[in-house]
Amino acid sequence: MARHVIAPVDEFPPGTRKFLEIDGRPIAVFNIKGEYFGLSNRCPHQGAALCEGPLIGLAQSKDPGEIEYSRLGEIIRCPWHGWEFDVRTGQSYCDPRRFRVKAYPAHVEPGASVVKGPYVAETIPVRVESNYVVVEL
Amino acid sequence: MNIQFRETTESASPPTIKTAIADCDIHPARATRTELYPYLAKRWQHHLDVYGVHAYQGMMEGPPYPKAQPNASRRDAYPPEGGPQGSSLSFMQQQHLDPNNVQLGVLNPLGTGQGIRNHELSAALCSAINDWQIDKWTSKDKRLKASIVVGNEDAMTAAAEIRERAGDKNFVQVLLLSRNVEPLGQRRYWPIYQAAEEAGLPVGVHAFGFGGNPITPSGWPSYYIEEMVGHSQCQQSALASLVLEGVCERFPKLKMVMIEAGFGWAPSLCWRLDKVWQRLRSEVPHVRRPPSEYIREQVWWTTQPMEDPERREDLLDVIEWIGWDRLLFATDYPHWDYDEPSRVLPPGVSEANREAFYLGNARKLYGITA
Ligand code: FES
Repeated sequence: MARHVIAPVDEFPPGTRKFLEIDGRPIAVFNIKGEYFGLSNRCPHQGAALCEGPLIGLAQSKDPGEIEYSRLGEIIRCPWHGWEFDVRTGQSYCDPRRFRVKAYPAHVEPGASVVKGPYVAETIPVRVESNYVVVEL
Repeated sequence: MNIQFRETTESASPPTIKTAIADCDIHPARATRTELYPYLAKRWQHHLDVYGVHAYQGMMEGPPYPKAQPNASRRDAYPPEGGPQGSSLSFMQQQHLDPNNVQLGVLNPLGTGQGIRNHELSAALCSAINDWQIDKWTSKDKRLKASIVVGNEDAMTAAAEIRERAGDKNFVQVLLLSRNVEPLGQRRYWPIYQAAEEAGLPVGVHAFGFGGNPITPSGWPSYYIEEMVGHSQCQQSALASLVLEGVCERFPKLKMVMIEAGFGWAPSLCWRLDKVWQRLRSEVPHVRRPPSEYIREQVWWTTQPMEDPERREDLLDVIEWIGWDRLLFATDYPHWDYDEPSRVLPPGVSEANREAFYLGNARKLYGITA
């Protein structure tokens, strides 16, 4: 599994997302309250750029009239038809058996561990003292 | 271990060559509230500033529901220069017409002045919208064709508008909505059908409208989701009314297009109509043939929103019944329930049927040669 450096941590604050293309695949990475999540940016329904949708919460109900709204900001809602997916897992809330968005592990690694690759220095001046957000695919 | 350092980009995947399509339901929007003013007499500009519009039902201006996405539109369809989704020709070209290889796009403006109680204002607004469609859209992009919007509740004035536009190649159909003050087959609307038949223009009946009646036959529902399915119920009663009041019989050359209300219900509506017609025929002797015959001869259907059955072959069975020559592909751009052209048909459809579905039927119906 290849690891791809996305950005230095201090250039990727909470509440923001980045869109990128890695090996021809459109991907979005989110910083939600300091946690990082990577998702394919193609909706499995009809192919919209899924991650341009809003981050909402999860509305659930055990009984008519009782509504629980939880996990605020952790559910991505497609900009076209509004299908909802869990940003943590890519799981669909409309039809979890058939649809899922590919989720890519994203995390922070210290600069010292990511500067060793052969491609690093060519594209971005890397400061070894920084931490970097890394996506695996 | 392979580590690659990536620049963040917003670049999309390379464009793919897509099948040529007709999009028979595109919704152009106005960028500003006053965008129609140049096409309106001073008298109506002042009227709008002072009194606004008076609809047959409340809650017409602020949408009665937030409509699932802002302005009921794709969130990614805001033009970069500002304004609501669907208000910029250049962005529509760049986001939809060019990449989806749209060869023919039929414009159906909404929020036009149809269903307004002041009939003079309604006529003025509809006429202004028609001028605006030419100026802002069809004269600037030859792929786009307009629908003649008419003040439907005053059928004589509506017919005059149709006659005035007849023969103008910018227009390819007359636009009505499914929700009116009365069911669409009633005689008060017949002058519209007469004028359309004379002009050789199909009448498109688009889901929607503000006739003052609830969207469902059982009253005002609680949820937007009920309105979404209510549109097909509405369209069914509009179509039943058109057949049973004798519109099809009286105007045999009239062509009608059912727009944005699905088509999966067409077979069952026809079966039911035929069955009760056999038993109650003497009540409506002017309906001389089984209702399904009129429908098969005079009605076309736009596809969006396509039904999406669990077994995708079921969809092909329905289309087989309706006829591959009767469907007109539509996306509903820029609205949120947009259908992506490459994703709607299950595999296994013959090349000839695909071509008819995506382009050929629309070209034939609207008289557009390649
Ligand atoms: S494309 Fe995402 S919900 Fe349809």
